Amino acid sequence: MVTGLLPGLGARDVVAAVVDPEMPMLTLDDLGVIRSVTEDGGRVAVTITPTYSGCPAIEEMRADIAGALTAAGYGPVEVTTVLSPAWSTDWISEAGRRKLADAGVAPPGAAAAAGPGPVPLVLDPPSSVVRCPQCGSPATEALSRFGPTACTALRRCTACREPFEHMKEL
Amino acid sequence: MSGNVYDALTEADDPRWAFGSGFSEAGAEIAAPVPDGADPADLAEYCLMLGDDALVYSHRLTEWVSNAPELEEEVALANTALDLLGQARMLLSRAGHVEGLLDGRTARTEDDLAHWREAAEFRCVALTEPSDELDFARAVARLLVFSAWRLALLDRLRDSADPVLAAVAAKGVKEVAYHRDHAARWVLRLGDGTPESHARMQDALQWVWPYLGELFRTSDVERRLVAAGIAADPAQTRDEVDAVLDRVLDRATLTRPDVPAAGTIGGRGGRQGVHTEKLEQALVVLQSLARRHPGAAW
Repeated sequence: MVTGLLPGLGARDVVAAVVDPEMPMLTLDDLGVIRSVTEDGGRVAVTITPTYSGCPAIEEMRADIAGALTAAGYGPVEVTTVLSPAWSTDWISEAGRRKLADAGVAPPGAAAAAGPGPVPLVLDPPSSVVRCPQCGSPATEALSRFGPTACTALRRCTACREPFEHMKEL
Repeated sequence: MSGNVYDALTEADDPRWAFGSGFSEAGAEIAAPVPDGADPADLAEYCLMLGDDALVYSHRLTEWVSNAPELEEEVALANTALDLLGQARMLLSRAGHVEGLLDGRTARTEDDLAHWREAAEFRCVALTEPSDELDFARAVARLLVFSAWRLALLDRLRDSADPVLAAVAAKGVKEVAYHRDHAARWVLRLGDGTPESHARMQDALQWVWPYLGELFRTSDVERRLVAAGIAADPAQTRDEVDAVLDRVLDRATLTRPDVPAAGTIGGRGGRQGVHTEKLEQALVVLQSLARRHPGAAW
């Protein structure tokens, strides 16, 4: 037992509660990027995985995790990034999906599984339904396949006319 | 609140000056041992090939920032560049680490490799080198060709015996498939659009087509690493890439250009460090900040 720690809050809980720097409605636990948290006395080793190859938030996540653990009385802290297996939006928790929708971001559907042979060319917008996070209407249309962060696309609801972000399936 | 507006952007004990800077570690796998049967010099060189393709092309894509015909497309091209830059970081980090295992050599970082090599030390293909001179049809033509080809390579590299190549490929396949489909839809829209957009799209294909030949040439390094289960053979991607291009061009009412492939110099091309002068021009800009302020962190 290490003194100075918040009562009842293990290192895993501290890391899990850190919020994503670009999607602050989600914790890192909701996002599914935490691979492991091991604790030995006050020493903590955390392993996380990047979402997109070029995700600029990964360094900020590392700093935020180290800061949260230090503030909770842990130390020394080591945060490591692992590349494999590759993160998928399928790893976002049910709670995370609800929080996204509550914040006006349509959560991702199921990611396409890799089939045999070449990755199929998709020339027409997919028929999968993305529901409007504001009014729930399935009548929505794509505005742009790339949004303000690497992980979102822009859509518009044709029922309530509200534009919204959609977290892309990856 | 302190007097300095930048204080709000930084953490107290953090020397970084803005969000998103201070990259330090691309991934734990970077330091993994070299797989059995592979020459470390070959592996380092191969990681440079795929890393430099991504780095140099990503730089050319960013030339569209503040210049795209619509804001959404600017965001699209910048995000595409960001994905490729991320792939480049991991590949250059791996190259620099493996290189350091060679006799008499020290490891180099991704920044050392990106900013302090001369053009002849780069291993990118010529397709990545020229500016498209802010011709949007050229931009989508090149993006279609580049991503169809890179996707075919990455798809094969998912099974690579090298853990970094396999990891970059596993993630990169999804990213680059998205880039390819995006480019393909623009080629359809412009090719099957107005007479003006059709003509300009056809001209853009004419511009990009001479670069195709080099994409399917297998270098000696690649040949040895294919045998070791590490590399993908570019020659084997040709049918797959052709099928994608033919399908897009056909539906876009465009014609496959009949132009000869750009030549090599004594059989040497980008993979051997022989480049067009366009690469020098790109590096002058890409490397200017690091060379103006050696050792600076940003």
